[in-house]
Amino acid sequence: MNRFFNVFLGGRSGLIGLLVMAVVLFVAIPLTLDVFRVNLVAKYLSYAFVSIALVVCWGHGGILSLGQGVFWGLGGYCLAAFLKLEAAGNIAKEATSDQLKALTTVGLPDFMDWNQITELPWFWYGFKSLPVTIVLMFIVPSLLAYILGTAIFKRRVAGVYFAIITQALAWIMEMLFVTRQGWTGGINGITDLRTMLGWDIRTNSAQYILYFATCILLVGCLVLCRAVLNSKLGRLLVALRDEEDRVRFSGYDAASIKRFAFVFASAISALGGAMFVLNVGFMSPKLITIEPSIYMVIFCAVGGRMSLIGAVYGTLLVQFGRTWFSEEFPAMWYFLMGAVFIAVTRYFPNGLAGIFDDYIVPLGKKFTHRKPPTPATGGLKSVPSVTTVNSTGN
Amino acid sequence: MGNLSTYALGVEHLTVSFDGFKAVDDLTFYVEQHEVRVVIGPNGAGKTTLLDLICGKTKATSGSVMFKNNELLGRPEQNIVKMGVSRKFQTPSIYPKLTVFENLELSHPTGRTVMGSLFFKRTAEIKDRVEEVAKEIYLSDFVHTRGELLSHGQKQWLEIGMLLIADPELVMLDEPVAGMSVRERQQTAELLRRMCNGRVVLVIEHDMNFVREIAHKVTVMHQGKLLAEGSMDEVQANEKVIEVYLGH
Repeated sequence: MNRFFNVFLGGRSGLIGLLVMAVVLFVAIPLTLDVFRVNLVAKYLSYAFVSIALVVCWGHGGILSLGQGVFWGLGGYCLAAFLKLEAAGNIAKEATSDQLKALTTVGLPDFMDWNQITELPWFWYGFKSLPVTIVLMFIVPSLLAYILGTAIFKRRVAGVYFAIITQALAWIMEMLFVTRQGWTGGINGITDLRTMLGWDIRTNSAQYILYFATCILLVGCLVLCRAVLNSKLGRLLVALRDEEDRVRFSGYDAASIKRFAFVFASAISALGGAMFVLNVGFMSPKLITIEPSIYMVIFCAVGGRMSLIGAVYGTLLVQFGRTWFSEEFPAMWYFLMGAVFIAVTRYFPNGLAGIFDDYIVPLGKKFTHRKPPTPATGGLKSVPSVTTVNSTGN
Repeated sequence: MGNLSTYALGVEHLTVSFDGFKAVDDLTFYVEQHEVRVVIGPNGAGKTTLLDLICGKTKATSGSVMFKNNELLGRPEQNIVKMGVSRKFQTPSIYPKLTVFENLELSHPTGRTVMGSLFFKRTAEIKDRVEEVAKEIYLSDFVHTRGELLSHGQKQWLEIGMLLIADPELVMLDEPVAGMSVRERQQTAELLRRMCNGRVVLVIEHDMNFVREIAHKVTVMHQGKLLAEGSMDEVQANEKVIEVYLGH
């Protein structure tokens, strides 16, 4: 129990941070915002999965992936494929005979029909069943990350070269999904998703339920990430980031540890993509290209790349800012975003979480330590100043 | 080969060529069991490259490195480490953001696989071993200090401790006392003497007083080749050595 408390919840300070976040997500936001905004927050939070994944692989492991949106998008596409098949089935059931005549292939997604595909491609078969889809949703992005990770890390490609390769991956993926129209829906993506197993996902109540589901899964992933970071593997990641050779010459296979972090991050990201599809009702290649992937890195950097909870707040803050600011001053938004990113990396390398740790926590300590400890109680010495620094800092 | 050799480490005709430049050139020498061997030589003689070749950081062009009758060349670094070979780098290479305890714990030879490290448990046995090594390297009072906050000398000791905790059979140290104060040098010499007990040790060092204190035998390298070999006195009397290295 004690071990669980320390490993998964991150001890007392970790638990407080988690509880505050839970209150914000589960109470404050649903009570103060209307359903449209709640749905918007759910959309934002689906990106937070990627941010916390980046905290693990970039912040702690030093593996900067500029193509994390690809794994997020693959997870989303998998679920979208399932929902699309269901939607196609519904159309076939509900359609009048005139509409059916217009369709050459009944029960196939509309975009396949438009592209003269008359039979479901074999790799779409799995998406007929929800359990298989959920498995594929994790397997497909993880497998891609595994293959890529093996090829890259075994050859000791790292740092900026790794970032460039992942960026190229994002671009390749976009091209692939845009050009294979009949298989993927092309530039429009997979749209018009309305029901999951007959449950209408567009009603107000469904949007509230999906919002809470997103929050619960996000907290679950956060706790899982924290457990990984608090394990010896988490410390190894920090060690690898700072002194890779030393790790290698201490008998570790550095490549497989980095690959694990990369695959783990891709699986967490994929879940976020799937939640995006449920909350928003579509998936498109514009979401898996370079730009969104860079946004994801900015969310993580603004929140604090060493802090899981910080990354969630960073994601929310930047996206709120984006929505608000681009409504008010549409032309200025990109400049502001660039300025924020430069300011954060230059002055606050640990982002919001760093500002909190450096300025707010000492302020709180000052406040609570104002009362001098009464020496009369005897025996109890005042707590010595903390020399133990939790290096993982999450 | 047939008969088993008596030496612990045998370097034979070891050569590495970087675009035609031979940093180590047809080098052959043998180190006995329980021997402390110091390699000296002017800058650029190929000393650090020699260690890089033995531990697998640099791939050799030709030759052989036998340790306890096993060929080391061609194996991945982590497998060479698992055979009991460990190496300290010239600039202290420790994990700056981790505490001394965590630095040592990561170097403990348990849970070295992905799953092993994910489900690693900090047992009492490992804790005791870490404390024991911390005491040995004079860092008992700094167990919970982050690596980056240690002094230069303490960082060097920490890295030596990180080798020690894995209980290696062959220890290679690249300038372990560079940048240390006189007192730290003495402590390091003491530490190494304790540490060398029962192990094969290969040290690169420039500090002749320190070399004299710890070396059983000295190998002198010059331009990638073996220049001389013998006891400290023999080497210091050797004219060629005086000319290229000690004389200045």
